[in-house]
Parts: sequence; C-alpha cells; structure tokens
Amino acid sequence: MTAATEQLPTGAGRSTDPRRRTFWLLSLPSAVGLGLFLILPILFMVALSFRNDLSGQLLAPFAPTLKQYAKVFDTGSYWNLLGISTLMAFGVATVATLAAYPLAYFLAFRAGRRAGLYLILLLVPFWTSYLLRVMAWRLMLDSSGVVNSVLIGLGLTQDPLDLLYNRGAVVVTLIYVWIPFAMLPILAAMGRIDVRLHDAASDLYASPWQQLLRVTLPLSLPGIVAAFFMVFIPTVGEYVTPLLVGGTGGSMYGNIVQAFFVQAANWPLGAALSVIMLATTLLLVVIGLRIVQPRRLLAQ
Amino acid sequence: MTALRRSGAGLRGYYWLMLALLYLPIVLLFIFSFNANTILSFPLKGFTLEWFQKLFMSPNLLAAVGRSVIVALAASAVATTLGTMVALLLSRFEFRGKGTLTSLAILPLLVPYFVLAVALLILFRVLGVPLGLPTIAIGHAVVALPYTTLIVLARLLGFDKQLEEAAMDLGATYPSTLRLVLIPIAAPAIASAFITAFTVSFDEFALALFLAGKDPTFPVYLYGQLRFATTLPVLIAAAVLLMAGSLALILAANRIRQR
Repeated sequence: MTAATEQLPTGAGRSTDPRRRTFWLLSLPSAVGLGLFLILPILFMVALSFRNDLSGQLLAPFAPTLKQYAKVFDTGSYWNLLGISTLMAFGVATVATLAAYPLAYFLAFRAGRRAGLYLILLLVPFWTSYLLRVMAWRLMLDSSGVVNSVLIGLGLTQDPLDLLYNRGAVVVTLIYVWIPFAMLPILAAMGRIDVRLHDAASDLYASPWQQLLRVTLPLSLPGIVAAFFMVFIPTVGEYVTPLLVGGTGGSMYGNIVQAFFVQAANWPLGAALSVIMLATTLLLVVIGLRIVQPRRLLAQ
Repeated sequence: MTALRRSGAGLRGYYWLMLALLYLPIVLLFIFSFNANTILSFPLKGFTLEWFQKLFMSPNLLAAVGRSVIVALAASAVATTLGTMVALLLSRFEFRGKGTLTSLAILPLLVPYFVLAVALLILFRVLGVPLGLPTIAIGHAVVALPYTTLIVLARLLGFDKQLEEAAMDLGATYPSTLRLVLIPIAAPAIASAFITAFTVSFDEFALALFLAGKDPTFPVYLYGQLRFATTLPVLIAAAVLLMAGSLALILAANRIRQR
C-alpha cells in the first residue's frame, strides 16, 4: 500500500479539532473490533500451533515447540490432501471463470435494455440457501437422481452410475455454486470498457474474434483474475460441500481440520494445519493482487 | 454485421442454457416440497401442502429459524456500524495505516472460512467465552464486514466532498456535518449493507458449525436433520419459504441501493 500521505489534521486550521475528535470516534471502535475479533484470533491460532498440547492455562507462557509442524511434515497424507484441494480449487475456479465469461459478455454488450433483469435472474440461484443448493445436487447425482434417469432414459447406461460421494461430485457441485459469483467481477471489468473501442475495432475491419482477443479480453483481464481468486479462495478451504456430496472418498483439506476440532480434539495440530492453509491462501492472494491491482478494483 | 448478430444469438442461447442449468436443481427442490412422498425421487406421487403444515408444527425448526434471525440481526447491526465507520475513515480521512485498515477490512474475504472459524474458536476457548448465539454473531459480523464496508465505501466515494465543505463553510461543525450530510447521503447504502449482511449471516453454515453451542441456527439445524429421511420434505419446504423471503430482501436491497 502507499506510504502515509499526510497526518491528521488535514484542512488548514479551520475545524481541525472536531475533525480529529471524529477521526478517533470512528477509528477506535474499528480498531478494537478488528483487533479483538480478527487479528487476535489469528495470533492465538498461530500461538496454539506452537504448543505441545492443550493442557494448562492457555494464556500462560509456554515453551514453543515445532512438534505439530514436524508431525504435519512427516505425514504425507496432509500434503497430499492440500495438493488435491489446491488442484480441485484450481479446476473449479478455472471452469467457473470460463463458463462465466460469456455470460458476463452477453450481459455487458449484447443484452441491451433488459440487462438488469437478466443479471438478477442469473443471481437468484446464488442467493438461495447454500446448503440447499448443495443438497439439490445430491438429488441430481443420486443413483435414482435426475442425471442417472436421463442417462438410462437415453440408453447410455444400463445401471445407474455412482455419481455421488466422490471428488467429481464435489467439483461439479462447486462449479455450479460459483458460476454466478464468478460472473460479477468480469461484468464489473467489462462495464469499464469504452464501447467505442468495439466500434473502432470493427471500423478497422477486425473480425468479432479478433475484437474479442485483441480488445475485450485484455481489457477484462483484471476481472478474470479477480473472478478466479474469488472462487479459488473459498473453494480451497471448503469443507461443507465435501461433507454433503463428497462422502469419505471426496474429503478435502478443510475436512481433516474440522475433524481435529470437532471429533479428535487435537487442537494444536488442527491449528498448525490451519496456519499452513492460511499461509498458502495469502501467498496466492498476494500473487493475484499483484496481477489485478486492487486500487483499480476498489476505484470502480 | 451478420457475424455480430450471429454471435449475439449464440450468446443469448448460452445465457438461457446456463440459466436453465442453474435453476434445474432448485426447481427440483421446489417440486419435492409439494410432493406427497417422503422419498425424494421420481415419479411424483401427488400434490400436497402437508410439509408446509408440518413445518409450522415443528417447534425445534421454528426455534432454529428464530435463532438465525436474532444472530443475523445482531451480526448485521455490528457489521454495518463498523463497516460504515471504516468506509468513512477510508473515504474522508488521510492517515497513517490507511492501507493496513483497507487490507484488514477486506481480509475476511481472503481467509478460508474454516481457518477463521478455527481462529475464533481458539479465541473463545482462551478467553473462556462459552459457545452460543453471541459467538456465532461475532463470527458472522467478521465475515460480513468486507461486504458492508465495500457497499458503503462505493457510495461515499461516488459523492463529491464539496457538499460537506459547503456545510462546513456555512458554519456546521464536523460531527454535525457527518450527521446531517454524510450519513443521509450514505443512508441507502447503509440500509443495503445491512440487508446484505443479514442474508450473509442467515445462510452461513461453515462458521456456525464451529461456533454454535447447544442451540443451532437454522443452517446448522438443517445440516443435523439431513440424516433423517422422513423430515427431509419438511426441511425443504422450510428452505423454500426462506428462499422466497431472502429473495424479497435482496431485491429490496437492490432497489434501495439504486435510489
């Protein structure tokens, strides 16, 4: 971020004092709220990951140990699952972004006067209960579900396929869930494109494809990258969808952490796994922000 | 020009195809909520309103919905207040740490929910705070904060500072300028932020599952009941009703924001 430009007070002389008081009135609750419920929890989580166990006073000083991290490093299955979850999130984010791009293009340049209505129609599924949408996919992929009925009806298969309770089911459901969301940042980026550039391109005899590849695509790139990360981040840390449609074979990294906190009660190890996930995501976010330039996104 | 028209038709077709795919699972649920069979599969057995009736006779379900409303009201009140404060700071003041504040306000959007849930769970354990509705509300306020901040900030950035300067030139103190000029300007965005935060909290499950004590919110209750096949139609009926409700809320939020 930019270096501090100027210190309070701003406006020379006049009304300096009341502005300063207002500044503190606004910033104290913000600082306390963010500090107590965002920074402090993350610090405690990091601290807990260096503990040996949960015994004794949690606020008392303790001898930090790397035992939990050593355990994580020694157990290949954790890394395996982190890799698989990252790959799944990469796939979901890529497909959702690709599927959302033509939708955004249609809304931005071809939908005409009814674009607003078309947009709302597209967002309604996204505003429907998340659990319910995931559950709906259970009905879709079930052995007696819609997909299997259609496949059998078309004579493509005799017996129902096992579509549910595997990673494929998780990926399909997540793509479905995120497509409308992925469309939003792309649409925002396209909204900032000057339509006259399209006219200029076609005046210069660019074919629609050339226009897309040489004008629209480069200009909407920040939206594409934003869409990718807005899907990638929640997906890589997903644990709810695998619980519902993934079964034992479809679990993700988040599921083992959840198990450590809810069932096994190995909190320090769970904390270490969470810290690794947090570090992984933030690293990817930093790379993503480098590409999209947040100032431009915020200034929209 | 014909190529352009052809691409327009292709895109339109793609839009309607995707729309159909997106609605298919939801329509399916909708149909089953009126189907006279506890087993959710075809063929349909007949139309019934039984599930909707049963839903109003299930005290646990209604209590869970009530708890969700309370949590969502508290969480969105906190998130909207803090979000408005942060938005005012970011749009109207220059200070050291502005970049840090921006990053912090957006951070909950960048942290996977289970990590945030784990961190808050540890905080409450360390501080000895028992899990319950307040702990869920705090978690939801944290995840709703980026939304409320960005909604109010967009409105404030879109408004000329000259209005406030005029008010102060006319002798208004800064606090009264804030109260009489800035807050009214931001009011539609603040209302919209509140509704957005409400719907975020009402539907939130990943954090709530970690932070709920003995009293579940509606999504947690829903999740717990999914195992029991016989109650499934009732749950779906409840969810269909709530879906209609939250849709109305969101459309209202959009209306207000566009004013």
